[in-house]
Amino acid sequence: MTTPEWPLFEVFIRSKQGLDHKHCGSLHAADAAMALRMARDVYTRRQEGVSIWVVPSIAITASDPDSKDEMFDPAADKIYRHPTFYRLPDEVDHM
Amino acid sequence: MHGSTQHIEYLLRLADNPLVLGQRLAEWCGHGPALEEDLALTNIALDLIGQARLVLSHAGRLEGRGRDEDAFAFRRDAGEFRNCTMLELPNAGANAGGAADADYAVTIVRNFLFSSFQALQWEALAASADGELAAIAVKSLKETRYHVHHAAEWTIRLGDGTDLSHARVERALAGLWPYAAEFFAADAVDRALADARIGVEPASLEAPWRAGVAEVLHEATLEVPVASKFRSTGKFGVHGEHLGYVLAEMQFLQRAYPGGQW
Repeated sequence: MTTPEWPLFEVFIRSKQGLDHKHCGSLHAADAAMALRMARDVYTRRQEGVSIWVVPSIAITASDPDSKDEMFDPAADKIYRHPTFYRLPDEVDHM
Repeated sequence: MHGSTQHIEYLLRLADNPLVLGQRLAEWCGHGPALEEDLALTNIALDLIGQARLVLSHAGRLEGRGRDEDAFAFRRDAGEFRNCTMLELPNAGANAGGAADADYAVTIVRNFLFSSFQALQWEALAASADGELAAIAVKSLKETRYHVHHAAEWTIRLGDGTDLSHARVERALAGLWPYAAEFFAADAVDRALADARIGVEPASLEAPWRAGVAEVLHEATLEVPVASKFRSTGKFGVHGEHLGYVLAEMQFLQRAYPGGQW
């Protein structure tokens, strides 16, 4: 007899208000509600978060590591695409 | 400020419930049915032990005889413990086996029945005339609401799950239900503290507890068990056979190396 494995969920945590949710890991759960509760217990025990998202891993379409060269390398020498030639006022943080 | 003997007794009843259940839940550490649940149970165990520490420390200060939380937890014998009997039962249930037979349905149903009661208790105690106790209640209530949520969710999943999970959670409920009556038992201590607006009359929590529990059991497709005449008496210091084993493990280190610190 094989035991059916619970599906995998990816967990995203917002560490404080105003910041974005960041991927922090994955876990197995029977459904999304259980995944959310388990994410709380597995990933926010040390006050890591104020908000949690869980997403079925199966819902994520990922780029193929084998096509990494053609996907990302062509951007390497296009320095003019970076907005680094502007002088920013001091008041503008986090650019 | 010094507290009356009844006040201390009342605090021990409040503290020993989470202390003993926390110890029982800690037995699951490393043995949970899934990694995520293992962590959830240890989180809950630590919440409960934390609640017990706060109340025991408070009791020690009120008593004014130099006893701290450790003295209460590790140097009292079974007859001085004031937890309800349900909480000292083995994880396998009232009538069965040792640690190897631990039954997750028993743990879930016990957590559900007790945390549903404890949440009502903390809610009422948040208005206690004992300011320190009121503050502990406010802090603990958030934790306990989560414990209710966790256990209720699993009760529903298991009850409304497969034939096997339904049968096991039904058996766990039937075994534990008679012990829940003790939550609402009262004596002169309970009445005196309720009159002083420090404590809460246990009987006043029974109707809301029944309503909340019945709602979840209904969703879990479980029947509310019929009342039994059985009455456990742990909160009055008369325990079953199991508490001694809990204390043997919990107190071993402080008994073998009194005052040991690490």
